[in-house]
Amino acid sequence: MSTKVSTPEMKSLHFQPRTPATSTGDKVVGAVSHTALTIWTLIVILPLLWTFMSSFKTSSEIFASPFSLPAEWKLDNYVKAWSEAGIGSAFLNSVIVVAVALVIVMVLGAMCAYVLARYTFPGSRAIYYLMLAGLTFPIFLAMVPLFFVLKNMGLLNTLPGLILVYVGFALPFTVFFLFSFFKSLPHEITEAAALDGAGEWRTFFQVMLPMAKPGLASVAIFNFLGLWNQFLIPVSINAAGPRVLSQELAAFAGQMGYAVDYGALFAAVSVTVIPVLIVYVIFQRQLQGSVSQGTSK
Amino acid sequence: MTSVKTQQSRNGDGLAAVVPATAPPQVIKRRRKPLTWDKVSFFAVFLGLPLAIYLLFVIWPFIQAFGYSLTDWSGFSPNQNFIGLENYAKIFTDDIFMKAMGNNILLVIFLPIITIILSLVLASLVTVGGSSKGQIKGLRNSSFYRVVSFFPYTIPAIAIGIMWGQIYDPSGGLLNGILTGVGLDQFKDFAWLGDKNTAMIATMFVIVWGFVGFYMVLFVAGIKGIPAELFEAARIDGAGRFRTAVSITIPLIRDNIQTAYIYMGILALDAFVYMAALNSGGGPDNSTLVMAQQLFFTAFSKGQFGLASAMGVVLAIATLIFSGLVFAVNKLTGGDKDVSL
Repeated sequence: MSTKVSTPEMKSLHFQPRTPATSTGDKVVGAVSHTALTIWTLIVILPLLWTFMSSFKTSSEIFASPFSLPAEWKLDNYVKAWSEAGIGSAFLNSVIVVAVALVIVMVLGAMCAYVLARYTFPGSRAIYYLMLAGLTFPIFLAMVPLFFVLKNMGLLNTLPGLILVYVGFALPFTVFFLFSFFKSLPHEITEAAALDGAGEWRTFFQVMLPMAKPGLASVAIFNFLGLWNQFLIPVSINAAGPRVLSQELAAFAGQMGYAVDYGALFAAVSVTVIPVLIVYVIFQRQLQGSVSQGTSK
Repeated sequence: MTSVKTQQSRNGDGLAAVVPATAPPQVIKRRRKPLTWDKVSFFAVFLGLPLAIYLLFVIWPFIQAFGYSLTDWSGFSPNQNFIGLENYAKIFTDDIFMKAMGNNILLVIFLPIITIILSLVLASLVTVGGSSKGQIKGLRNSSFYRVVSFFPYTIPAIAIGIMWGQIYDPSGGLLNGILTGVGLDQFKDFAWLGDKNTAMIATMFVIVWGFVGFYMVLFVAGIKGIPAELFEAARIDGAGRFRTAVSITIPLIRDNIQTAYIYMGILALDAFVYMAALNSGGGPDNSTLVMAQQLFFTAFSKGQFGLASAMGVVLAIATLIFSGLVFAVNKLTGGDKDVSL
């Protein structure tokens, strides 16, 4: 029975795959699908557009009507948010902290994952599971003691302290992901490198690391988003230090109750959102690829 | 398990297969090489450095937290007295903390389910919404939807919270503007976040908004990983779209769904950022207060570090219980034995 039915199907598949007849049912399904997806797209994009539009309005304009266009497209709110509200310096702090932490965690994570994946020694499994444990525990539990660890080291409320903690908390994910990646690279290559006289250091930096590039790129993207979005760690251990972007945003919104400047707040949010969004749109192909990679272990 | 397998394949004889991963090094060829400076320095830096940072800034605080939770330490007094489980007794008789815990449980029940169903539906529409003739294919021009849906994932949670706080604003907000615009005048000046009946729902929607796109992309990737022959076979056997989704797609991307469920659940047990941004005080009648907020307040405003650590331990245990439950349910209902996080 099934072979009989499948023959014409197969034929159409092989001989005319580009011109399938669209039935009414298909059209309905297609229309419904497009409608549903369009609705969700609007739900996603309207708040963003509204925020962007409002970032050009004055407070009184915002109160007058949520929909009205700004009378003048001026950058006053952005100037105010960037300099007066400190979003500018916080933005730079964020860039510095995330960039440095990202480089360190990628190097250290790759090294650690490489050793754990390619060498068997007493305790290697235990270390691996210790890393896994760090992935499952809520960050909250660590915050109070971490506060005092940093205080004793004199790193509380400093950017280096923040960087080190970021590295520590991003490490388990990095190691866990790269572990399976290094494991899958063929052993013959290391042996060939060793025969050619490369030491352990050279083998890693000149042979293995370049081969792991796709994996490294995926992890780096997720680590970047994770660290850029981090909120709890800075507000706990960097409360009185030089603020990073998420902290400054929260502080800015928090004092709003008194000196209401909604336009500047919208501008601050826009400044936070737009750069990453642009980078995402440029690299979205690679990113979507890495989502599938990251989850098909 | 994997290391046992690799040893077996590397040595090729049956004996090695039963040697556990941490066995004496005789079976591994590369250990026979003499220890050179190259090798010693390599291990010291490659393993020592990352481990040192990890142990100092992650593991050590976690361990300390358990210790602190048994003391009455206020953080600024030099002495801390061991008081056993007194902090835990205090927590579980504290109405506000129990209220917060209840809110977290609400979040854990609803957030993962809503997010996953919504993203699964959208992912299915994108991948199998195309023609039912010929090759299995997705909806036309669907990558646009996928790209846009992912936007919120690139936005810091605190920015999402602040933005939605403005959208929900009673008088100048977008939501009430739209609702009154279409004639629903009863929503004029309605405070979505200020009414205890709607505050939690409004907050949940914000979190769902932030994550649906990410899980949609994840599920799309999972569905694309399914061989097209399976869909074709199902179609030939007469399965419609809905049937295909329920009987083919969902069972085959089960691991992805489990991963999503655990991540969303852990997020729901935390939820600190969203709550802090939308209703920093815990909301009307504490209706959006979560454990993490209470912990933060107890530690950094009240300085009761012992008590706050105990709250952290409760939070950690709740997370472990939740993950265990998801694994157990997935296993009992016939899921894959190999669990991938």
